[in-house]
Amino acid sequence: MNFEFTEEQIMIRQAARDFAKKLEADVIERDTKAEFPTQHVKELSELGFMGMTVDPEYGGGGMDTISYVLAIEEISKVDSSISVIMSVNNSLVCWGIEKFGNAAQKEKYLPDLANGERIGAFLLSEPEAGSDATSQRTTAEDKGDYYLMNGTKNWITNANCGSVYLVIAQTHPEKKHHGINVFIVDKDTPGISLGPHEDKMGMRSSDTHSVMFTDVKVPAENRIGEDGFGFKFAMKVLEVGRIGIAAQALGIAGGAYERALQYSKERKAFGKLLADHQALAFKLADMYVKIENARNLCLKAAWLKDNDKPFGLTSAMAKQYAADIAMEVTTEAVQIHGGYGYVKEYHVERLMREAKLTQIYEGTSEVQKIVISRTILKD
Amino acid sequence: MSKVLIYAENFDGKFKKANFEIVSYGAEIARQTGAEAIVLSIGNVPDEELKQLSVYGASRVLSFNDGRFDALENQAYASVIAQAVEKEGAEIVVFSNSNTSKALAPRVSVKLKAGMVFAATGLPKSIDPFMVPKKVFHGKAFADVVIKSPIKIICLSQNSFGITEDAKAVSIETFVAEIDDTVFKTRVTNVEKATGKILLNDAEIIVSGGRGMKGAENWKPLEDLADILGAATACSRPVSDEGWRPHSEHVGQTGKIVAPNLYFALGISGAIQHLAGVSSSKVIVAVNTDHEAPVFQEADYGIIGDVQKVLPQMVEAFRKFKSEN
Amino acid sequence: MKILVCVSNVPDTTTKIKLSGDMHSVDLANVQWIINPWDELALTRALELKEASEGKIEKVTVMLVGAKSAEPTMRKALAIGADDAVRVDAEPLDAYFVAGQIAGAIKDENYDLVFCGIESSDYNGSAMGSMLSEFMNIPSVSSVSKVEMDDDQIVVNREIAGGFEVVVPELPFVAIVQKGITKEPRIPSMRGIMMARKKPLKVVEASGLEALTEFVKYEPPQPKAACKMIDADNVAELVDLLHNEAKII
Repeated sequence: MNFEFTEEQIMIRQAARDFAKKLEADVIERDTKAEFPTQHVKELSELGFMGMTVDPEYGGGGMDTISYVLAIEEISKVDSSISVIMSVNNSLVCWGIEKFGNAAQKEKYLPDLANGERIGAFLLSEPEAGSDATSQRTTAEDKGDYYLMNGTKNWITNANCGSVYLVIAQTHPEKKHHGINVFIVDKDTPGISLGPHEDKMGMRSSDTHSVMFTDVKVPAENRIGEDGFGFKFAMKVLEVGRIGIAAQALGIAGGAYERALQYSKERKAFGKLLADHQALAFKLADMYVKIENARNLCLKAAWLKDNDKPFGLTSAMAKQYAADIAMEVTTEAVQIHGGYGYVKEYHVERLMREAKLTQIYEGTSEVQKIVISRTILKD
Repeated sequence: MSKVLIYAENFDGKFKKANFEIVSYGAEIARQTGAEAIVLSIGNVPDEELKQLSVYGASRVLSFNDGRFDALENQAYASVIAQAVEKEGAEIVVFSNSNTSKALAPRVSVKLKAGMVFAATGLPKSIDPFMVPKKVFHGKAFADVVIKSPIKIICLSQNSFGITEDAKAVSIETFVAEIDDTVFKTRVTNVEKATGKILLNDAEIIVSGGRGMKGAENWKPLEDLADILGAATACSRPVSDEGWRPHSEHVGQTGKIVAPNLYFALGISGAIQHLAGVSSSKVIVAVNTDHEAPVFQEADYGIIGDVQKVLPQMVEAFRKFKSEN
Repeated sequence: MKILVCVSNVPDTTTKIKLSGDMHSVDLANVQWIINPWDELALTRALELKEASEGKIEKVTVMLVGAKSAEPTMRKALAIGADDAVRVDAEPLDAYFVAGQIAGAIKDENYDLVFCGIESSDYNGSAMGSMLSEFMNIPSVSSVSKVEMDDDQIVVNREIAGGFEVVVPELPFVAIVQKGITKEPRIPSMRGIMMARKKPLKVVEASGLEALTEFVKYEPPQPKAACKMIDADNVAELVDLLHNEAKII
């Protein structure tokens, strides 16, 4: 066992922290206006965060998953709208193509995705099926040279800013989930249209839309893997995605905790510092323990992945636990701030709104518990 | 008799309070060690101005003047100072901690193999060993430093000693130094200077604005206050980061470290880095809406209120004061 | 053209300074170390100049005097973009010692431009850059707030009261830089961090030069007297206090 970070991991964490510091100036304004952080994403790309886990052969940073967790955590302390853009691009799209795509697909798409020239989106959710990959209504009919795609995808992060879509669609409905495929679809393909920008509770400056496919012709060579590989692909990719979202939830909790800690040391009530009131000091202690536990789960999931060991169970635990404690910790951080916590200027109400989404997307906390319980009950 | 040599920097032929402070300081060391306090001046300074230094305890003033010395050429200036120290056999050399001192004292140190203490905060605590107190970590701690070399250089932190008068009969002497043309290697091609503007490091009063100023467009009353008081304007880091004020005005641990007599922190909450950059100010006045703002822990006088409302009142009050005094 | 950037390894500027029990040293356990902020700006500017020079500036080297424990700071400088790094293996005892060590280590290297930060945020020396220029017997310009390259010349702004002077020094020279020289320090990119693994970090032996000063004792600052509060509607009282009590105006 070794709980120490390498020098490089520490450097990456610091780089992410320094970058996050710069987000603070306009994060409240962007949240209010639900404005896409174009300039920040450009800088995120220039710093190499958008493809930090991609193999250097394709222009990525070649960093391990532990570094990735640290980077997402730091950025999420300040602004999860940014970290979700980065997480979807890295762990769902880039990792999916790199791990399961063929040489031509990798060469065509990965370099642009890794340097942020293009941004990826992952299209799984549907109006009548959230993260349930088995019941896909979107169809991709096999026409020989191409697939004909029809259907609607919902809650798609990076739908507008992104231009490389990974779309999960049903080719052989009779085969149920064994008939599902995954395709790389260029956004400018005729027949693709976007729904309106979703007006969300939190992570308001990431751009989320529904995406409609009407007789979209997807070249056959854009299918990833064997015919019918789509379901397995989605499951595998989501295992990795969970690490990113777990790290995000961890960062949200950490950001709220740090603000509450600072505030408790500055603000007085009844003649003494908040920190000197045991009721509040204990809240801080509880927050700290929860965050430490969540961090250990995240890092363990990352370590397992980096060491080519099965990490699906651990990433599900990390995601469920980190998301749930993010909700608890941010709620308590607002409580510690009192009235100030309820206004935007102090950031914690926003972190609380952001935390909520981590319990929902890329598999709700309940879905994670399904994964966990099925795994532990299997033997 | 041993000697203390004080380098007095002039500003367009005139001396400032900071010079009187280091002359007072050097003269006090001379008194304690039974030495003579000599001042060296470089550049074109009228005798009347040079004589002023005797008020603070200098008994001899060496004046070096050479047409080549109009612009600051560090190598040449340092060479004159080093020659004066050697010729006079001075054992202690005193500088201010101005930007010019930062450029010259270290060179003199190397030339004379003389140990140097920058940002000294008081008189030597002992002569043998020669031990001088100084600020470290921007005033978050102090240290006693022993200088082990035969010649010692001290750069005194502004406002850490004060000005003491001890009028002496003074002789003004022309100093001659051998300076080779080959050390003049930097060329000043242009000077951009707003008259009346005061360099932050040299300012005796600084009026500084923070995030509470709310925007670049609100700086007029702050500038008015600075004008009335003959002060320099400054700002906190978020202000220069936002581009409301130029970076040259950023005061704090990563900007400029200042030690004026009077520092106004207007709408500055007082992050640890900011306070570290101003904590050596003699008097700090803080205006902030938040009575819990850390700046009040460092301030001597505080007003709780919105700087936008308080500042215009301050402008009026100080204007009235200046017109009456 | 070759640029040297001298860096030092200092505690993060937010560090609370703790003194050891006997007051003879600063307790540096658990301190987070960073590149001295002024040095980091200097490095950033050096890299900007190199990138804009169309190959005229061939390399930017960082130099540090310190123990092996300072190497993470140097690798960060490499990750930010320096081409190589040199460490003189010795505790940085004082500015004279550091400057002398650097001058000794680079005497055969012919750097055209040497950057130093105007001060260090730890022992507040403000002396190293000027001392180095004297050891090297080359010109120096202090309080530099801007550095540009104009053909083969380097043009700098030196801050003076109320403005600045434009100074053109003969090469080589030492530029002692302050805030404003570049907008903000550069954050190392993932690619930079990856490449830093392969960049050379040379370690050289210290020379026999001795320090001229020694830090013998530390003290915490004196606690300040409580702040006197004045009513916001009675600003005249502030004027009065500053005049009659503090005697400062």
